[in-house]
Amino acid sequence: MIRYIASRLLSLTLSLIAASIVIFAVIEVIPGDPAAFMLGVNARPDTLLALRDQMGLNDPLPLRYFAWVTGMLTGDFGISWTYKTPVAELVNDRIWVSLPLAIYALFLSTIIAFPAGIIAASRRGGMGDVSIMGATQLGVAIPNFWFAMILVLIFAIKLRWFSAGGFPGWDTPLLAIKSLTLPAIALALPQAAILARVMRSSLLDNLGEDYIRTARAKGLTRRQALWRHAVRNALIPVLTIIGLQFSFLLAGGIIIEQIFFLPGLGRLIFQSISARDLIVVESVVMLLVFVVIVVNFAVDLAYAVVDPRLRSRT
Amino acid sequence: MTLLHIRDLTLTIGTTDILHNVDVQLQRGEIVAITGESGSGKSMTALSIMGLLPRGARSSGQILLDGTDILTTSEPDLCKMRGNTMGMVFQEPMTALNPVQTIGDQVAETILIHENTSKKQAHKRAADMLQRVGLDVAPSRFPHELSGGQRQRVVIAMAIVKHPKLLIADEPTTALDVTTQANILTLLKDLVREFDMGLLLITHDLAVVADVADHIVVMQKGRVVESAPTPDLLANMRHPYTRALFDASSHQVDLPVHTGCVQLVHASHIVRDYPAPRNTLFGPRPKFRALDDVSFTIDRGERVGLVGESGCGKSTLTRALLGLEDVQGGTITLDGAPVFTGKKPNLIVRRKMQVVFQDPYGSFNPRHRVSRLVSEPWHLLDSPPDNPEARIAAALEDVGLSASDASKYIHEFSGGQRQRIAIARALIVEPDLIIFDEAVSALDVSVRAQVLDLIADLCRKRPLAYLFISHDLTVVRSVTDRVLVMKSGQIVEQGATESVFNNPQHPYTQTLLAAAPKLPDFEEA
Repeated sequence: MIRYIASRLLSLTLSLIAASIVIFAVIEVIPGDPAAFMLGVNARPDTLLALRDQMGLNDPLPLRYFAWVTGMLTGDFGISWTYKTPVAELVNDRIWVSLPLAIYALFLSTIIAFPAGIIAASRRGGMGDVSIMGATQLGVAIPNFWFAMILVLIFAIKLRWFSAGGFPGWDTPLLAIKSLTLPAIALALPQAAILARVMRSSLLDNLGEDYIRTARAKGLTRRQALWRHAVRNALIPVLTIIGLQFSFLLAGGIIIEQIFFLPGLGRLIFQSISARDLIVVESVVMLLVFVVIVVNFAVDLAYAVVDPRLRSRT
Repeated sequence: MTLLHIRDLTLTIGTTDILHNVDVQLQRGEIVAITGESGSGKSMTALSIMGLLPRGARSSGQILLDGTDILTTSEPDLCKMRGNTMGMVFQEPMTALNPVQTIGDQVAETILIHENTSKKQAHKRAADMLQRVGLDVAPSRFPHELSGGQRQRVVIAMAIVKHPKLLIADEPTTALDVTTQANILTLLKDLVREFDMGLLLITHDLAVVADVADHIVVMQKGRVVESAPTPDLLANMRHPYTRALFDASSHQVDLPVHTGCVQLVHASHIVRDYPAPRNTLFGPRPKFRALDDVSFTIDRGERVGLVGESGCGKSTLTRALLGLEDVQGGTITLDGAPVFTGKKPNLIVRRKMQVVFQDPYGSFNPRHRVSRLVSEPWHLLDSPPDNPEARIAAALEDVGLSASDASKYIHEFSGGQRQRIAIARALIVEPDLIIFDEAVSALDVSVRAQVLDLIADLCRKRPLAYLFISHDLTVVRSVTDRVLVMKSGQIVEQGATESVFNNPQHPYTQTLLAAAPKLPDFEEA
């Protein structure tokens, strides 16, 4: 087990290094001089040169890469060219919206999908299965922003249970959670539909396995065999999907953040790209990659918890 | 009182009739074997007793277990009986256990769902039962850490931990090696005596049946065609199907005499290493030696057998011989040319050898017509031969099929016919050597006998050299001139087939031959 964790940790570190090099290189390749952009078209060449010096743009590439990486390791992400504030601050404000939103949505998606998938699989071909599969078909087909608008129409405008947008900050935790609820539901529904379908098919695969027949021959009822033997085995592909979904929810909430007017990371990236604020883009993308890789690491560990066969491998 | 009495059992699934008026009786302490070919309904009879039939199954008649009719028992009551008064052991030990639970947990579960006892007590009894079935590993192990034979012991422990009155074993040793099979059969026999259980043994293997059972039930197409105590049945088979079945099992083919000794294959000192998982994160990868200094020759027209248990290196040797993988040491030549050159198989050599695999269902592309499947080896030639249709037709007729079969798809053929098509595919480039890799192992005895006859027939028509790989010693004995015995990557014995079988020199060959179940000699009886 320790060897397994060590090998996963090694792969995590290597992925992070590779990702940082790629991100840095891509940002470097994009044309346009940030210093010229900041000073405007009428800047004098010597001012430009001075600014480039100050920003370290004249240093050789490897040096700038190391400066960037060591900066990030110490929490210094540089200073935004448009906001003129440290990137760390910008990110810090927004990650406390995006991260809870992603976790909230993933939580909702999981607690909807697990029972739905299990019910559908255990009543294969029955009414429960048909209606759940029908609902998931809709959930997969309908985009989340459309859900978002419907939710706003019903719960914010008609029923007035929730506000239609905005975020009050974490000083009032209950209000904060309340304001994240509609966006989280809108994000969660399509994901839940996908997850429920994966859960169902994975369970059905496992219910057809020989060891389920063995369990039934021991005297377990159909339901006991499902819960005690099939569910845990069915979790392996489901965990993979959960890992992918978390990454998607963290960075992919941009449209939902726009609809609900949430100050999240998606909006920050969008604005920074429009404003060519590449240092922000670079740092936020790196941060997202970091989170995604860490989540994958967590999924790998979860595999090992679920499946003993993985523990003995490296 | 009769422990199990199946009376007039008729079963249909959907619109298919599976069983017709089946009658079977079993007493405590008795071993009754149900035998027959695939599709005879033996497994469905077993599942009927357990009440584990697939959906859409309708049955009539009676299955009385200790006076209770299973067919009219409710599902909750059946759950109380399964694992408790009746237990079942299945064919495939590799998949019969839940991979994510320890073996101790899985055995203890049988106790815990039927009794109101503490977990600790249940685990204690599970551990005792695991020991009783001869398993010397800790109950905290997971199934993937165990061999097939060990797993089958776990499945048996699970089935009998509650001391059921009836144990059903559905092909319990079919997936196991002969020595393991012998051990498991001995264990089952001992357990029947010790716990005074009734054992219903389902198997296609007549040698096992004759060896173990007190009473034999022969089934064909869902009907019981003959049922009698073992000695009576062996001495006096009344039904022609029973006789045909026993004849086919001990079928001896009429192999033409092999003459001449021009060397075809020469393998000398082959070593094949596979990388094993690393022991430390950055350490060197240890090696697993699958073939260890293997040397042998095959002459033109010579029929050579290769026997050994699973994991002994038979398949690795096949791959090396076909030039699919490079070897780490030694050389293999066919007609003097190496089978593997540079980084790829030597095509000039490859067209001189062909292979027939075990699984007649998995080794064909279902989307191609037979004509294309059969003519596939032509891509080994520099240019396709003239008159391809006639050649395909001739190849199909050679193996007992008709020319019109060329336009059909593979799903239209039975297992035996598919193996014939596989042989036609191998023959179409007129190879010097054919490798039969467990080519008849998946076939029923009567079909197997036909395919073996076909092979002998082909040998009469042309000088055909082959390497016949099989775990089935009876088959190897009947179709080969010379035999190689393999163990842990080494050839431990080789010699003329008859002399090796009659007078084995190596202790391993002796064990192997002793473990193989034998059909009684009918000539003397």
